[in-house]
Amino acid sequence: MQAPPPVRPRRRGIGWAQRLEIVALSGPAILVFAGFVIFPVLMAAYYGFYRWKGFGRPTNFVGLDNYVTILQDTLFHEALWHNFQIVVLSLVLQGPVAVGLALLLNRRMRGQSVIRVLIFVPYVISEVITGTAWALILQTNGAGNDVLRSLGLGGLAADWLANPRLAIWSLMFILVWKYVGFAVILFLAGMQNIPDELSEAAAVDGASFWQTQRHITLPLLGPTIRIWAFLSIIGSLQLFDLVYIIWGQYVSSTAGTSTMATYMVTEGRNAGNYGYGNAVAVVLFVISMIIALIYQRFVLRRDTEGALTEGR
Amino acid sequence: MGRRNSIVYLVALMLIGLMLGPVIYIIVGGFRTNSQITTYPAGLPDPWVTGNYTEILASDTFWRQVGNSTIAAVVTTVAVVTLGVMASYVLARYSFRGRGAMYALFAAGLMFPATVAITPLYILVKNLGLVNTLPGVILPQIAFGLPTTIIILVPFLRAIPKEIEEAAAIDRCSRLGFFWRMVLPLSVPGLITTGILAFIGSWNSYLLPLFILNDQDSFTLPLGVQAFASQYSVDTAKVLAFTSLSMIPALVFFSLFERRIVGGLTGAVKG
Repeated sequence: MQAPPPVRPRRRGIGWAQRLEIVALSGPAILVFAGFVIFPVLMAAYYGFYRWKGFGRPTNFVGLDNYVTILQDTLFHEALWHNFQIVVLSLVLQGPVAVGLALLLNRRMRGQSVIRVLIFVPYVISEVITGTAWALILQTNGAGNDVLRSLGLGGLAADWLANPRLAIWSLMFILVWKYVGFAVILFLAGMQNIPDELSEAAAVDGASFWQTQRHITLPLLGPTIRIWAFLSIIGSLQLFDLVYIIWGQYVSSTAGTSTMATYMVTEGRNAGNYGYGNAVAVVLFVISMIIALIYQRFVLRRDTEGALTEGR
Repeated sequence: MGRRNSIVYLVALMLIGLMLGPVIYIIVGGFRTNSQITTYPAGLPDPWVTGNYTEILASDTFWRQVGNSTIAAVVTTVAVVTLGVMASYVLARYSFRGRGAMYALFAAGLMFPATVAITPLYILVKNLGLVNTLPGVILPQIAFGLPTTIIILVPFLRAIPKEIEEAAAIDRCSRLGFFWRMVLPLSVPGLITTGILAFIGSWNSYLLPLFILNDQDSFTLPLGVQAFASQYSVDTAKVLAFTSLSMIPALVFFSLFERRIVGGLTGAVKG
């Protein structure tokens, strides 16, 4: 991500009055950001070297012991594997669905604006509500199985949340339900930046609707898709709320839905091992950062002017 | 063409059903009794009962949590937008050494939601003596809300034509006067977009309050919903009523300003 160039480069060096303005205007934001974002992340790295119950100063320096424990813990390996599945499945499931829906909604049709609002509703309700509602719907004697039975599909009724073979798919279904609206809105926004003349010209040349989408809309939507994929990957790596709300701290690992973040909270704060929890946070941070940097380097670099910034 | 259109509408209808089904299930379920829910989990209320809703609306706990959520969301929103627009103005319209680094700093924050920092953040808030207080939630929320706000606002502020600024300078308007009299009024749409995003983010926030607020009296609605759901786990109907009441504000806010949010995202994601 690069900063956009300034609107008007000033010829002369900047005077003290201007310096003062810069400090006064941006100072508060930088202070709050440094104090509550950067400082805690740095402190995590420090606390991670200690065995510490969270009271007083950490004194029991254990070096890399916490990290060795993390990397040897099968519970963490499982969580990492679940995170990996969630990252891949989110991209594979949400991407095509969202592109399809955006193409559908990009056509002029009656009720279009209503549909756009409604598709965004799951994104707006909180994770707690989403989790509470789906946990009730998907329990064995819940509404989900009831609907299946009344459709004559009673044979498909299952224990969606506790069965380890199904739970991850239930989670994926809920994640798609909750977040696909965000992807659709992003893609629609991207499509509105594609000039109509291009598809009009294609229509004049006799291109079908699908040819136009395949050869004009999709390639031009590339940058938006790549940004969405980036946000999706980061979100999947740090997934916490929905898993913790639906499965709780104990069930998630037996149901096969635990993530690095739920592992961090369960083994760290809930167990009272703050040093260990901070070490897990550092591991999570480093993994996210490596993936983010690789992605920026090899994927987003194609969009020369950087991710979420606009070009000129 | 007619057949294709009807297929499109059919798909759209199914989509709406799928998206709204669970939401409708929550709202309608609140009008049922537990025995109705046990017998037909996916049925309609028969008869409709309003007792679940009225009981919750009459409870102090619910309104205290509404109050806590409202205070946290309003203060977070005002502070994020104020600090955000000031910093964005500097990033958008001043040129100085370190500007790129400052932008990169905030942009990097976008990559790391509060999850990574939550454990040390809790310790920091504890050391500041702010556990179980709303400021303990609000301050970190402001900090983590800044990246999105700044990324959306900077292109917005840069889009203000420099002719306006030059005209203002000719009229002997200082840069700060220009910021106050021209930039702020002109960027109201962007401020609303970022404000809504901050408000909804705070209203729905779970992880941070989960760590900071342990005392029932300080609970915000998401914590309240979860506590209620585990406390009354056998009283499904009441849980559904509580849940649907707690999602009203975010839904109302969103439907009022939907266009602004989509517009703001369009500005930020230039494809």
